Amino acid sequence: MFDVAVIGGGVIGGAILRKLSSYNLKICLLEKGNDVCVGQSKANSGIVHAGFDASVGTLKAKFNVLGNAMMPKYARELGVKYENNGSLVVAFSDEEMITLGELKERGIRNGVQGLEIIDQAKLRELEPNISPNAVGALLAKTGGIICPYELTIASIGNAMDNGATLFTNFEVDKINAGDSFEIYSANGQKVQSKIVVNCAGYGSQKVANLIGDYSFTIGGRRGEYILLDRESGGFAKHTLFFTPTKKGKGILISPTVDGNLLLGPTADEVDFNNTDTTQIGLQSVIDKANEMCVGVPTYNVITSFAGVRAYCDKHDFIIEESNVKNGFINCVGIESPGLTSAPAIAEYVVDEIISKRITLTKNPNFNGVRKPDYFFSKLTVEEKNEIIKKDPSYGRIVCRCERITEGEIVRALTQNPRATDIDGVKRRTRAGMGRCQGGFCQPYVADLIAKVNGVTIDKVTKNGKGSEIVVGETK
Amino acid sequence: MKVYDVVIIGGGPAGLAAAVSAYDSGAESVLILERDDVLGGILNQCIHNGFGLTRFKESMTGPEYADRFIKEVRKRNIEVKLKTTVLDLCEDKTVTAINEREGVFFVRGKAVILAMGCRERSRGALNVAGTRVAGVYSAGTAQKYVNVKGFLPGKNVVILGSGDIGLIMARRMTLEGAKVHAVCEIMPHSSGLKRNIVQCLNDFDIPLYLNHTITRIDGDARVTGVQISKVDQNKKPILGSEFYIPCDTVLFSVGLIPENELSKNAGVELSPKTKGAVVYQNRETSISGIFACGNVLQVHDLVDFVSEEAELAGKSASEYARRGDREKDCVNCIAKDKITYVLPQKIDKNQSGNVTLFFRANGVYKNCRVVVENDGQEVLSLKKRVVVPGEMERVILTEKIIKALNGDLTLKIVE
Repeated sequence: MFDVAVIGGGVIGGAILRKLSSYNLKICLLEKGNDVCVGQSKANSGIVHAGFDASVGTLKAKFNVLGNAMMPKYARELGVKYENNGSLVVAFSDEEMITLGELKERGIRNGVQGLEIIDQAKLRELEPNISPNAVGALLAKTGGIICPYELTIASIGNAMDNGATLFTNFEVDKINAGDSFEIYSANGQKVQSKIVVNCAGYGSQKVANLIGDYSFTIGGRRGEYILLDRESGGFAKHTLFFTPTKKGKGILISPTVDGNLLLGPTADEVDFNNTDTTQIGLQSVIDKANEMCVGVPTYNVITSFAGVRAYCDKHDFIIEESNVKNGFINCVGIESPGLTSAPAIAEYVVDEIISKRITLTKNPNFNGVRKPDYFFSKLTVEEKNEIIKKDPSYGRIVCRCERITEGEIVRALTQNPRATDIDGVKRRTRAGMGRCQGGFCQPYVADLIAKVNGVTIDKVTKNGKGSEIVVGETK
Repeated sequence: MKVYDVVIIGGGPAGLAAAVSAYDSGAESVLILERDDVLGGILNQCIHNGFGLTRFKESMTGPEYADRFIKEVRKRNIEVKLKTTVLDLCEDKTVTAINEREGVFFVRGKAVILAMGCRERSRGALNVAGTRVAGVYSAGTAQKYVNVKGFLPGKNVVILGSGDIGLIMARRMTLEGAKVHAVCEIMPHSSGLKRNIVQCLNDFDIPLYLNHTITRIDGDARVTGVQISKVDQNKKPILGSEFYIPCDTVLFSVGLIPENELSKNAGVELSPKTKGAVVYQNRETSISGIFACGNVLQVHDLVDFVSEEAELAGKSASEYARRGDREKDCVNCIAKDKITYVLPQKIDKNQSGNVTLFFRANGVYKNCRVVVENDGQEVLSLKKRVVVPGEMERVILTEKIIKALNGDLTLKIVE
């Protein structure tokens, strides 16, 4: 019997799991995918928002501002790259300048520090590639960037190092709610827990329905992105937003913590978890990026992708115990700024909600510090050679584009949460994330996965059952 | 730090031929740095034949062709470091490399030869819409799985791009029992060799769709099909022309990109056309003492030509190691009408000997003339029955012509 079962291995589930692991509790994470972080937490903008967007008094506003302040320390403890690069909301007309004034006022009321309206000259000085049609901007000094899947994987890995149990391929199919919860997966696994936290993202409505909670509706909004080579990472220094209109926030241009340049997302309604990219969507990203800046280096595109943001009909986060059943806690409708809010939501859920149902005592062995997943290329020559002397596999480069060593890949395959497929290795180590997109290293990575797991290559998958990378031996 | 006469980055066909040539031209210490477990580069996975026809007048497989050069390297006192990746190259020709035995280490070459080869353009670079599921490979990756690992990536295949690797893989997958349903080419002509169209597609009744591209990839865990569209003159898909092919595998053979990240870091000037270094006729780059050859310089049609170019670079590097930098008297070679690029981009009039100009046409032209002009005068004209983008052409300028050059030289095709 677990004390708490968290459903959904995204950034919210991960942050809650880690927070829970700092207490003396028996906890587990139930993830439907073959790996953690395979939903919206892996395919979003990776922005640590300042907090001026959300309406005053909403949970979004509250947790955004709290989460923004927590993020630097949170990321440092977990060995996750975070950069306080600042955000700019760019205005293209006098009318939009007025909107920026309103945004600034709202930000101040939300408790955001360091907001400043800047003129065209200052904007051009900060961002030389900005369109000449831009007339000014709102500078948010507390805006930042982070890698969303790195953060999620690190939170879950750290929680596991502190005793949490992970179940993958556990798609919650049935819940018997009595004195405790009996949770069944579609493939016959069963877990029993006193408390359940529903962080199932796009699937959270379905999970809530299983206990008869029909209090909210989840919709999906697809966002398509284009990622550019690291060579173009310096094109923009800040995260560049359009001034929000009635139609929404529009696309952004942002550097990533890994040095790439990110363009996107689009926003269109989808009626299932459809992460296909579309010709129209990708073209619109390019067109909008060219409105924001001059000479966007689209010749340097290395990949495109899409994520589906789950939002709820209440258009604010729902973070509360279900009215239907005590001990069943919904954390749903966590769309933007969910990533930023994650550490603050986790504290609130554990210390303010779960603590009312179960006694929390500190876990004396809790260690919240985690070493970075990939790190080798950042070390000095002396540090590298020290490591290679102990483990020569760090002297073998497997991914030439991102310079990821065999040692790092084996580490990703053996430490919490263990990668078991090609995409899992990619998210943890960046092997295959560079300009050749795994063209050279994928067979090597597949070999390593096979070797560590004692299987042959035909058992290795891209991202779980049905995605085997080869179909059989040659003649 | 150990100093070599010539340090060669890459032990594929270009690096091997350059090493032998540098050694034979008098370089006393030659080092090859190779990231793979073995020498030979991409030839190791090219088990089809047709290599060496030009150079050796016999048809060999890739590994056989590589072996000829590996044996020559082994006969000589040429140092080889395998499983060694070069991390950085500086303008002063210091090379930073890493391997399991020595960790991160530094060597310097009096001359350095860039022979890193090229990589395939990926699906991502094309922004092809659809899902990102298993079963999508670049043709070279699929080739590695089939020929080196012994596994078949899929059974029902559609190939985008009619580059040589795509054509070769169409045949290879067919021979392994897969069904290749289509090869789509966005251009009105194939970028592959004629012999490969005949031997790899026509002989196996594999349809080639010119002016077509893949506009969507479908699938949940693995590819289930692709949508194909006809394109207009601007390569934009024509609405309403779509048709669908169910398949479990999509291979991309959509171009090769010279791998010049190290060259860029060193500050070597690159050509936007070839994506390789700008070079003189001796294959010296904009940085004195750094040379380039093979597919890292320009993507060749045949490995035979890679070897030829590498020998030239090897000889030049060896001379440089002995004599150092010498003053140049430079003219530019400029590609004009109907020509994509010409290489070398610069001719140093102080160097002796004839100069071969390599170039590619930007379309298919029949019964045309290749014209070299200088100072408003036609200095050379060559009749051609047909030129195509998929086959590199060459003209030879004699030393006499070179010495008489007055200002930049232009090359064009006249129909």
